Amino acid sequence: MPFPVSDLILIVPELFLTAVALGLLIYATVVSREKEGAIAWMALAALVLTGVLLFVPFSSVTSLPQIGFAGMFAVDKFSLFFKILILAAAAVTILFSLRFIGSSPYPGGEYYCLILLTTVGMLFMVSGVHLVSIYIALELMALSQYVLAGYFKQETKSIEAAAKYFVLGAFSSGVLLYGLSLVYGAARTLTLTGVAQALAASPKAPLFILGIILVACGLFFKIASAPFHVWAPDVYEGAPTPIAAFFAVGPKLAAYAIFARIFYSGFGPGSADWTVIVAASAALTMVVGNVGALMQENVKRLLGYSSIGHAGYALMGFLGYGTDFGLPALMIYLASYALMTLGAFGLVVMLETKGYAGESVDDFNGLARKNPTAAAAMLVFLLSLTGIPPTVGFIGKYYLFTSAMKAGWFWLALLGVLMSAVSLFYYFRIVRAMYLVDGEGELRWKEEPAVSAAVIACLAGTLLFGILPQPLVSWAKACLLN
Amino acid sequence: MDPSVFFFWVFAAITVVGALGVITMRQPLHSALFLLLTFLAVAGLFILQHAEFLAAVQVLVYAGGIMVLFLFTIMLVNVRRQAKEPFVNRRAGIAVLAGFFLFLLVGGVLTGPALVKKGPPADPAALKTTVIENSTARVVVPGNSEAVAWGLYRDYLLPFEVASVFLLVAMIGAVVLGKRSLEKFD
Repeated sequence: MPFPVSDLILIVPELFLTAVALGLLIYATVVSREKEGAIAWMALAALVLTGVLLFVPFSSVTSLPQIGFAGMFAVDKFSLFFKILILAAAAVTILFSLRFIGSSPYPGGEYYCLILLTTVGMLFMVSGVHLVSIYIALELMALSQYVLAGYFKQETKSIEAAAKYFVLGAFSSGVLLYGLSLVYGAARTLTLTGVAQALAASPKAPLFILGIILVACGLFFKIASAPFHVWAPDVYEGAPTPIAAFFAVGPKLAAYAIFARIFYSGFGPGSADWTVIVAASAALTMVVGNVGALMQENVKRLLGYSSIGHAGYALMGFLGYGTDFGLPALMIYLASYALMTLGAFGLVVMLETKGYAGESVDDFNGLARKNPTAAAAMLVFLLSLTGIPPTVGFIGKYYLFTSAMKAGWFWLALLGVLMSAVSLFYYFRIVRAMYLVDGEGELRWKEEPAVSAAVIACLAGTLLFGILPQPLVSWAKACLLN
Repeated sequence: MDPSVFFFWVFAAITVVGALGVITMRQPLHSALFLLLTFLAVAGLFILQHAEFLAAVQVLVYAGGIMVLFLFTIMLVNVRRQAKEPFVNRRAGIAVLAGFFLFLLVGGVLTGPALVKKGPPADPAALKTTVIENSTARVVVPGNSEAVAWGLYRDYLLPFEVASVFLLVAMIGAVVLGKRSLEKFD
């Protein structure tokens, strides 16, 4: 039987984005340094168009989920949910980068090309239903990120971030791959449905247990949850700020998506004992992230630790396995996390001038007096990150904590609430700097239409879904795994 | 004599002579060239075992890629003048002892009682074809290169193509991070 060409329609969005990325790489060789902004706008247009093209596969199939390429690639609503969020995060990153890269001595062509290619890797990841296709896509995503982390190669911090990310990332990939190989050895198949069948037949096989633990560890690294979180603050601090914003959102979305896929469709039906590992990591992550953030002076490091804390909250969503509220709670939470984290990073981008100046908490001193709108926006994002109504962060946490309680993890939900209270302390250090401290001298502040637009979009989402959560909730519930 | 047996001895002899050459030559370049000879002879042995694909990969990857890497390194460090070390290593005794032990071990496994249950001897005719089975089809193809091709370009087409993008990213990354000048138009 030859290869079914009709399957190609399933990957139209990914094909389009790859083609644009390669085209931009060639275009960058002929365009002058001053006109590199055009590349960014084209990349942005490509992301929007890819978002539209996401619906092409759906129009071509009669039933969902549609599995193509010999059981490698799934078109379903679950992947659609994550793909839209990932494309939005990439688009916001490009808006953040316009001046940041334009005013730096570093070329823009490869930068935007790598952002698009890492996005392609994420898109393939969330659609993967075969261990090989998931792994290769994950590596495509990760490799582009290592380069992006070290893109400011004359800055020692950037190189350090890239080196740490690369070494630890390669190590975690090895752990993940070893786990996948053990699962393959035990199941003798690489498709997730095949793994589920084999695991149901012999749920206590030692190879499976070891494999599941190692796969969990490999993925814990990608979502930066304890005890595999140490890289995150260093990488966020050293990487160019728009890239740090992207790292805090895009790869995590993709990693949560494949975590859900592998554990729900692959490991879940056979044995749900893995929830214990997830609960242990969730508890540890919440404590480590929130307590670690208390001591940070650098805003990017602070947001890095805060994102570790949020990874801990989000892991609670997996504990609802077997019920119908864990996964939607996770998806609602991830959408809210993406909105508020990108927004907060956007304000850091605006505060930075050259290199890494403007990153410490003290640089926010007196922002409320100099620019009340920006300070108010930051306040909303910080309230949302803490989980205070009427913001989307509250909605996300509400669904997560109730889902954990319904699944019988009462103490974990309690720990989550407690840690949210702790997070109030460090988030409000920034609020205090903005509103109560008088900044000395001129505040570094660059008003940028592109970044402002992205921040306003995040702000609108944070408030709108905070007051009217129903569209988000019903969308997440409509996009569950089949 | 059966021609395949004849060629087996020819390739085996070349392999051993090449391996001896690798460790006895004084010039690193000569050692590298003897290594190339060994690789090629081993590829010949693979062909005699009907492992055509493995033979091709052996030539392409080892005799091609890895050898180029070796030769580049030798050229770059220019080791021609560093050939004054003694011909026999100081720890030669230990090495001989370890080698002898390995010889006993391998010989024992090959000639002694079987550690794993042996299957029936392979049918030479069956080796020339490969059966590929997956959920949708069952195909009998004439050789193992074809079997690899079916797997790689049909069942695993998607990961294969994603891997090609992955390698491209590696190349872009190497250029971006390795390029000395920041100005593109200088």
